[in-house]
Amino acid sequence: MSNNKKIEFSPESLALAHKLMKRYPEGKQKSAIIPILHIAQAEFDGWLSAPVMDYVASILKIQPIEVYEVASFYSMFNLKPVGKCVIEVCRTSSCWLLGAEDIIAHIGKKLNIKPGQTTADGMFTLKTVECLGSCGTAPMLQCGAKYHENLTLEKVDALLDELKREGKRKTYLDKI
Amino acid sequence: MGKKLLLAHDHVPGINTYEVYRQHGGYASVEKALKGMTPDAVTEEVKKSGLRGRGGAGFPTGMKWSFLAKPPGVPRYLVCNADESEPGTFKDRYLMERIPHLLIEGMITSSYALGARTSYIYIRGEYFYVSRILEKAIEEAYANGWLGQNILGTDYSLDLYVQVGAGAYICGEETALIESLEGKRGNPRIKPPFPAVAGLWGCPTVVNNVETIAAVVPIVNEGGEAYAKIGIGKSTGTKLISASGHINKPGVYEIELGVPVEEFIYSEQYCGGIRGGRKLKAVVAGGSSVPILSAELILKTAKGEPRLMTYESLSDGGFQTGTMLGSGGFIVMDETTSIVKNLWNFTRFYHHESCGQCSPCREGTGWMEKILHKILDGHGTMADIDLLWDIQSKIEGKTICPLGEAAAWPVAAAIRHFRAEFEEYVKNPQNIKDVKHYYRLNNLQPA
Ligand SMILES: Cc1cc2nc3c(=O)[nH]c(=O)nc-3n(C[C@H](O)[C@H](O)[C@H](O)COP(=O)(O)O)c2cc1C
Ligand code: SF4
Ligand code: FES
Repeated sequence: MSNNKKIEFSPESLALAHKLMKRYPEGKQKSAIIPILHIAQAEFDGWLSAPVMDYVASILKIQPIEVYEVASFYSMFNLKPVGKCVIEVCRTSSCWLLGAEDIIAHIGKKLNIKPGQTTADGMFTLKTVECLGSCGTAPMLQCGAKYHENLTLEKVDALLDELKREGKRKTYLDKI
Repeated sequence: MGKKLLLAHDHVPGINTYEVYRQHGGYASVEKALKGMTPDAVTEEVKKSGLRGRGGAGFPTGMKWSFLAKPPGVPRYLVCNADESEPGTFKDRYLMERIPHLLIEGMITSSYALGARTSYIYIRGEYFYVSRILEKAIEEAYANGWLGQNILGTDYSLDLYVQVGAGAYICGEETALIESLEGKRGNPRIKPPFPAVAGLWGCPTVVNNVETIAAVVPIVNEGGEAYAKIGIGKSTGTKLISASGHINKPGVYEIELGVPVEEFIYSEQYCGGIRGGRKLKAVVAGGSSVPILSAELILKTAKGEPRLMTYESLSDGGFQTGTMLGSGGFIVMDETTSIVKNLWNFTRFYHHESCGQCSPCREGTGWMEKILHKILDGHGTMADIDLLWDIQSKIEGKTICPLGEAAAWPVAAAIRHFRAEFEEYVKNPQNIKDVKHYYRLNNLQPA
């Protein structure tokens, strides 16, 4: 993210944020914090910088610390820059039983990164995550909004190639 | 064969749309309840049905509803728990994705029974795309007069919203969920007060699982007594089972409670047997938190009776020889599975997900993970196995929420039923192919 980029939601995102805040009784607008942080993360390069969180605090009319507290609790919020495509591989129970370790090792080798790291070209971040509720189609990974299930090493290769060719940022808010 | 109440139409093309759902009898329970029943009469049917919470604890739903405090002038809330993060569980996602209107219909009928005027569905953040499916269904329900002001011309009004989380297993615990819905970290609250008295924003609140709320629809349509006739004893009705692991046909199955475990694992109608014709080694029957059982004990109780898929039969023998139905996350492990490594995987999960408020949970899960790691690396001692046992025994009953117990039970059960395997890791690491660090250190080739 360039340093001089002004931190401000697009008009659509700002309207959506205000619409979300109306879902709660008067005075309880803080409840919209998680949905609004999702919008912020999607809009500002896939992660939540301190200035972005301060901006969210100003929308909700709460203290910045209240936003940091929440953002740091939930695993879907990235507090450091990430690649355009965050590859989140499930490493829990059923996925593990059916080869998640091999999938993680394979992606790591192919991209030359360890879990938690980002490729030099800024395209991919590899992340290991806990059960995503897709155990019947294990092993699986999530990238942006989309679940990729019943993985094989070949499928993973094809997916990474396709994502790279597309070169687009993937977010949880993507319409799929 | 088995009667289906929730997934009867899951394969009908377009059942996710309002029109098709309506053509298949959708929203009849709202009509029946709002036009012909008092809210208490709806609760009465739920009581008669014997429905028990499908989120994991199995608490009778009608009784939970009747505990809801009703001080005049104070709003009451119904919150649907769609956090579904218990490893091995994926039934709620299936239901919401396939038949979103069933959950919406259940929310309307249940909110009416509880006198809630605003209700929320709290869904885990990773299911963002599912939240869009639900929002579309809610929009359709508003457009057709099932939500909003004066539903069906009655004086009952309801607003329904979907709230997304952002990745935290603990937010499935109902008070953590409420905290999260209030826009805070998901730290469970000390109880009492229970949510029925002081829940969301301090108001009386009922939290119910997705499947529980969906089950209210057939209960109201066909009557509580008809529902109670399905199943065995206090395990009434049908249950969605998420079947995964080393089986031929993983997936979500709606069973009538009472199906024998053996039939569930081996029949073509359900799991279709173990992959590659291998032997069954162990099963975690109700999500990662419930005690693991060996093949012998999951198929037959200690008394030698066939084990059934019911709350009572699965828990027959207590934790000595039994387990729990839990969330219905049925994880099957074949003979190639390392119980020690599987336990390490689970324990690592609980350590990662502990919110950190209570020392026994925060520290205990970390210690157990480290000891298991040491054993897995081929450096464990017999004293380590006893230490693991000791630590797990000091978590139960000493924490704010049941996550501590959920972390302790799998450890206790794995040692109880598979102690010999832990000892083998300690005594003969050279015979085990997982102990990579031991090989490296001793310059050995994997077995
Ligand atoms: C650590 C923990 C995680 C839980 N996760 C879930 C969950 O993902 N979904 C759920 O419905 N209940 C979950 N529960 C149970 C809830 O606290 C609560 O009992 C349930 O939502 C009540 O609904 P029910 O009576 O309809 O089952 C969890 C409990 C604990 C202690
Ligand atoms: S038991 Fe664990 S998860 Fe539950 S409140 Fe205590 S520290 Fe948090
Ligand atoms: S264990 Fe991977 S999705 Fe559940």
